Amino acid sequence: MKKIKCLLASLLLIFTLPSVASNGKLLATPGVSQIEGSGGGGIVPWAQLAGYASDDEFSVNGFCSRADVTDYTLDVCGAQLNLFNRVELSYAQQRFDVPALDAEIEQSITGAKIRLYGDIVYSDWPQLSLGIQHKSLDDGSIATLVGAEDTSGTDYYLAASKLHLGAIAGYNWFWNVTTRYSEANQLGLLGYGGENGSGKVLFEGSTAIFFSREVAVGVEYRQKSNNLNLGEQDWKDLFVAWMPNKHVSVTAAYLDLGSIAGADDQTGWYLSVTGYW
Amino acid sequence: MKSVGIFLICVGLLCGCASSTQLSLYQKLDGKAGLARIVDSFIYQIGNDEQVIHYFEHSNIEHFRQGFITHMCMLVEGPCTYDGDSMVAIHTGMHITEKDFNRVVDLLISAMNEQNISHSLQNEILSRMAPLRGEIIKM
Repeated sequence: MKKIKCLLASLLLIFTLPSVASNGKLLATPGVSQIEGSGGGGIVPWAQLAGYASDDEFSVNGFCSRADVTDYTLDVCGAQLNLFNRVELSYAQQRFDVPALDAEIEQSITGAKIRLYGDIVYSDWPQLSLGIQHKSLDDGSIATLVGAEDTSGTDYYLAASKLHLGAIAGYNWFWNVTTRYSEANQLGLLGYGGENGSGKVLFEGSTAIFFSREVAVGVEYRQKSNNLNLGEQDWKDLFVAWMPNKHVSVTAAYLDLGSIAGADDQTGWYLSVTGYW
Repeated sequence: MKSVGIFLICVGLLCGCASSTQLSLYQKLDGKAGLARIVDSFIYQIGNDEQVIHYFEHSNIEHFRQGFITHMCMLVEGPCTYDGDSMVAIHTGMHITEKDFNRVVDLLISAMNEQNISHSLQNEILSRMAPLRGEIIKM
């Protein structure tokens, strides 16, 4: 309820303060908000920094997302601060509901991303960014119970992205590739490390076609490690993002998250709203 | 063997038809008249924009109009040669920011929308203009 109030207040701010909003980037080019709070797609952090701030502006964005799959629900709300399109600072709070056990797992994630090179539209080479996500479970008892070594952990990632104007039958084509070092089990919701290992380098990718300035349709892939020996599988999604203006974006997706904590075939839906100002 | 031959003839015919009806980008934009309509809308958009109008305060609008039409004509491979001042020479001292450059791109897109230029043709034009950014901003 508190989160909904927070979201409503945010939306109200977005519509009452358009004059102070940063809008120095081209529409849709910042991407949206991923489930760990960083600027990105839905499940993959991208090289773009969240929000419309260009090199002499700053911007603040807020988002809430829900993923609803066969046996679980994940709710995330968070915010990002973009400083001069050079540094992105983010915070997100995740709540993972397991109705079958009548249990909730909560985790907070603090992130930072620095743009090392380029601009997804204008530079000859792809935009390149380095990021970090520090995650900490509020209560690690379930993680410990399933065999995790730690209840907090830190991911590091390097992301490259590019928008190619008119590249596919006249439509703009976007791609992002991310490599991540992580010890997390299911984002860290089931802790960090386990009997099967801990830190691994993982591959993630997203690609999309812009059918108009406002609408992109794409797919994502995120490799996962199976530290707990509970059959953790790679994640996939198919998304539609709608960015009608520089104040709001809405993303819907179909998710295929494979097996989660022994429950197979976790498929379902995702909805995310980001406000920019 | 015979069916392969027929297949090749069909492919040949398809290619022949495709190439004979292929219009150049310049032609798809209705040539110089079409470009002039885009540039006129663009100038109108700039004239009504508080954020970027100041860059044009001391410019000769007719000179800008002719130069932009000719430059665009050349970029879309029309029968024009732009021999005006270089992008660097024109923009030196203007100190155009990334934000204002993108604002002008937004206005050009609005102008193309106003002239009913299709999304894919717009992208084709933008992809030819985007590489010039380095010669325009922060000069």
